Amino acid sequence: MPKIKLGHKSPRIDMTPMVDLFTLLLTFFILTATFRPQESAPVDTPFSVSEKPMMDANVMTVLIAKDNRIFFNVDNGPDTILKFRPKILTEMGKRYNIEFTEDELRLFEKTGTAVGVPIQDMKKYLASKDSDEKIALEKGVPIDSTDNQLALWILFTRQVNPAADAMIKGDADVEFPVVRKVLDILQDKNVNRFNLITNLRAAEVTEEQIAE
Amino acid sequence: MADVQVQEQSKGGKKKPKKGDARVDMTPMVDLMSLLITFFMLTAAFSKPKVMEIVLPEKIKKNEKVEPPKIADSRTLNIILGPNDKVYWYPGKADPEVTVLQETDFSATGIRQVLLDRNRALFRKIDQFEKDVIAGKINIKQDSMRSAISQLKKDDDTGPIVLIKAYKTAKYKNFVDIIDEMSIVGIARYIFTDIDWIEEKLVVDAIGRSAATTPSGSAQ
Repeated sequence: MPKIKLGHKSPRIDMTPMVDLFTLLLTFFILTATFRPQESAPVDTPFSVSEKPMMDANVMTVLIAKDNRIFFNVDNGPDTILKFRPKILTEMGKRYNIEFTEDELRLFEKTGTAVGVPIQDMKKYLASKDSDEKIALEKGVPIDSTDNQLALWILFTRQVNPAADAMIKGDADVEFPVVRKVLDILQDKNVNRFNLITNLRAAEVTEEQIAE
Repeated sequence: MADVQVQEQSKGGKKKPKKGDARVDMTPMVDLMSLLITFFMLTAAFSKPKVMEIVLPEKIKKNEKVEPPKIADSRTLNIILGPNDKVYWYPGKADPEVTVLQETDFSATGIRQVLLDRNRALFRKIDQFEKDVIAGKINIKQDSMRSAISQLKKDDDTGPIVLIKAYKTAKYKNFVDIIDEMSIVGIARYIFTDIDWIEEKLVVDAIGRSAATTPSGSAQ
């Protein structure tokens, strides 16, 4: 009887094509992943049933932190050459007679974090390297009627980028009058359409409830 | 490709050429890569927050003489967001003598039931429409479905007109929740207005009432 000869070596699978494919996929996912800058203040957004995803560009976001501090954020626009952020900061500086240098503007453009400092402290904030120092400066954007900087930020954002949509990212436990005030400021600047940033939660009305 | 070719060294001829070629084991690399891919895929899919759109009516400027729109008392439903996740509601017009606030909450049997009771006809219509689309009875494009539903809402003249007000200690969460309820129940017309002093007084009374009943209830 002829014997079937078995190979002594265990069969090896060539992993190379698999590695090739995985590298490709990995590169794709890394490149498409959007880098989200560190939020200045933790905000627990409330839940809703809305399934509309958040837009990527052309947004201005008003953050309302748990301790009622207001932050304002704006993106650079859909194209990196548009450079909305430095333009808005320059306008803001002109209004308050603060001249920002080229370096400061570039730094402001690159860091995508929300503005939480009064404009008077902006230079100090941009210059500081220490994160503790930065946090100490973040007192929130003033919204009282004597020095309503949030309104000016909104105004200049709308001038520089008229397509910007307003987003409100509030903490679930913020008391309503603060939100009302932010809405009022936005409405004073003729922004009547808002997007509230929420987390998804499912809710359904059952058949019985309709039939009752 | 992954095999490292070992070149025979002919220089001097002293060293013996190695037999066979060195193979790099790719398995750990594949492991690591699949892990990373999974991570990036999941973060890409789940990191996106959702947004809820609301449109508020334009503010009436102080120097403009524009009368606010008048609405029928019989169709109005007032909802007041109270403290501690409570919701108060009353139909029609507030009268400090007669009106008694009904207290409820944000659960499925709370304010949703109240709204659903008043909006049943329209809700059925929307629900039926959605079912027909799914069943294929109505052939409509996905994009125009939204506008078709909003048209249904626009044509509605039986459902309630909901006025939403917030008491000063209401939370932002409640505001989002109530708008959410509007979309769940398919309320066609709702508007956000400021609370007036009569309603504020009614809320204070209602809080006082529930505070008075709670201790006696727990004592039993």
